[in-house]
Amino acid sequence: MIRFLLRRAFSTLTVMLVLSVVVYLVFYAAPHDPARLVCGKGCDGVRLAVVRHKLGTDLPLWQQYWQFLHGLLAGRDFDAGTDVTHCSAPCFGYSFQTDQPVLGMITARLPLDASLAVGAAVVWLLLGIGAGVLAALRRGGIGERALTGVTLAGMAMPVFLVGLLLMMVCCGYLQWLPFPSYVPLTQDPLAWASNLALPWLSLALVMAAAYARMTRSALLETLAEDHIRTARAYGLGERRIVLGHALRGALTPVITLLAMDLGGLLGGAQLTESVFGFDGIGRLLVESVNTIDLPVVVGITLFAGFFIVIANAVADLLYALADPRVGLQ
Amino acid sequence: MPSSASNPVWRRLRADRAAMAGLAVVVLLLLLAAAAPLVTALEGQNPTAFHNELIDSATGGVPIGPFGGASARHWLGVEPGTGRDVLARLVYGAQVSLSVSLGATVVQVALGTLVGLAAGLGNRLADTVLSRTMDLTIAFPGLVFAISLMAVVPGSFPRPVLLMLVLGVLGWGGTARLVRGQALSLRSLDHVAAARLSGARSWRTARREILPGLAAPVITYAALLLPGNVTAEAGLSFLGVGVRPPTASWGQMLSGATTWYQADPTYVLLPAGLLFATVLAFTLLGEGLRTALDPRAKSRLRRTRSRRSRQVAST
Repeated sequence: MIRFLLRRAFSTLTVMLVLSVVVYLVFYAAPHDPARLVCGKGCDGVRLAVVRHKLGTDLPLWQQYWQFLHGLLAGRDFDAGTDVTHCSAPCFGYSFQTDQPVLGMITARLPLDASLAVGAAVVWLLLGIGAGVLAALRRGGIGERALTGVTLAGMAMPVFLVGLLLMMVCCGYLQWLPFPSYVPLTQDPLAWASNLALPWLSLALVMAAAYARMTRSALLETLAEDHIRTARAYGLGERRIVLGHALRGALTPVITLLAMDLGGLLGGAQLTESVFGFDGIGRLLVESVNTIDLPVVVGITLFAGFFIVIANAVADLLYALADPRVGLQ
Repeated sequence: MPSSASNPVWRRLRADRAAMAGLAVVVLLLLLAAAAPLVTALEGQNPTAFHNELIDSATGGVPIGPFGGASARHWLGVEPGTGRDVLARLVYGAQVSLSVSLGATVVQVALGTLVGLAAGLGNRLADTVLSRTMDLTIAFPGLVFAISLMAVVPGSFPRPVLLMLVLGVLGWGGTARLVRGQALSLRSLDHVAAARLSGARSWRTARREILPGLAAPVITYAALLLPGNVTAEAGLSFLGVGVRPPTASWGQMLSGATTWYQADPTYVLLPAGLLFATVLAFTLLGEGLRTALDPRAKSRLRRTRSRRSRQVAST
């Protein structure tokens, strides 16, 4: 067990390191001058040199990366003689356009993305697992055909389309819900939920299809196994067999998929945020791309990447814990 | 598409009603996109001309008249705020959507096939490194990278080409994994082993003995990648980092529609319906191709073990 954990931790860290190199090089080796962007219009040669020195872009690329890595692990100072900006560890970079550390900008928006991800996950698990179980129990029936149809439609509907149409119907015509605007949970739980209801539903409708398919196939596979036959031979009721025995084994792949999806969403739900006008991490990324605030772009890309790598590791671990056959070698 | 009646693939595809419906819609869309200048000439409009007289400045620019200002001169109405012709923007948007998604698919398949062959036929070190890279690209939410990459490319670079390249470079992992697996199993076959033992160079072996065996699975996979790329282009343009105005794109229209859907629902429903129909048609055609090319394999939707392939744009 300990060996498994150590090995997994080691490979996770390696991937994160490789990722940081790749991301840094892609964005800073590009043929443009980040200092000129930071410096702005009407920037003369002397000032440009100062900015370059402060950003560290006057150094060779590998030294720049080294400073970046150092900042990530132990913090760093952006030093331009009299003007020193400190960025404490883990330093994902410093936005000179807004004069804030990038990590602070991200964590300020994280509660929104976490609310979005967790709430939507509850809805899509209910929808997806429910539909999957129904489809597995009534094979070839109307439930299965409906599932195929809904899955096809779900694949063809991007989340921004679902969100837009839901908002049009529920807020515009029927006026069941207010037009979504984020209210923190700590401020007013009821307003939090009613404002997030539509974003949750749109994300869930897009995601649920994959869960339904996975639940259905895993359940069918488990139902064909020996221990289920034994349970049947003991005369257990069908409902108990499915819900008490088969579903438990079938949910393992669903849990790993869930870990991956949550990891992805915590790095920002760009399209969902954009449809509903939420100011989350995804929106921040898009805005920073438009203003070419490179440190923020690099910081968010890396942050989102780290979340995915960690989610992958968690998924592997859960899989190994839930299914003894996978083994912890 | 070979049309000879004796071709079993074509025969099986023709028997699949859903796939044929998909094919019909795809052909229609391709014709519409190719004939975009013709369609707009017929209507007597163009996609970029503003018509201030057709929008109501008192309401901030809602088109005058029902159904988004549809009339004999503007068949599908005009765009709120600007008065540009909606039909013209839709058909030129189809050009962007189809060319970007087809181009991106070509890049994905070409890159994926190259990397997959190199991994499947190369030595152990190459295989390990390339397989790890594949895993990494497959696990990543491509949307974040696609958005970020838009920041470092100079604004003068043509956007549709950039979108093709970005989507292509981020989305080759699945094809590579598939090709690697196929190459590994093909290389143990007798005729390939014979070619290798007779001293043929590995590149030649790859081209002559392995590539033909890859055609069917790669075509199937490419057909299923396509709808994902249509969505991805629309998503990026929706976010404002894709195709730049004044070039028309469905995603961009939908993004504009987020502020107009109450006053002018037609303007939402037209690009939404078109995008939905396009993705659905490509998906149905892809599923049909899969079953037609490999009758033993059931449709992916009904397969017992479904593995989820990540698309570049999802959330």
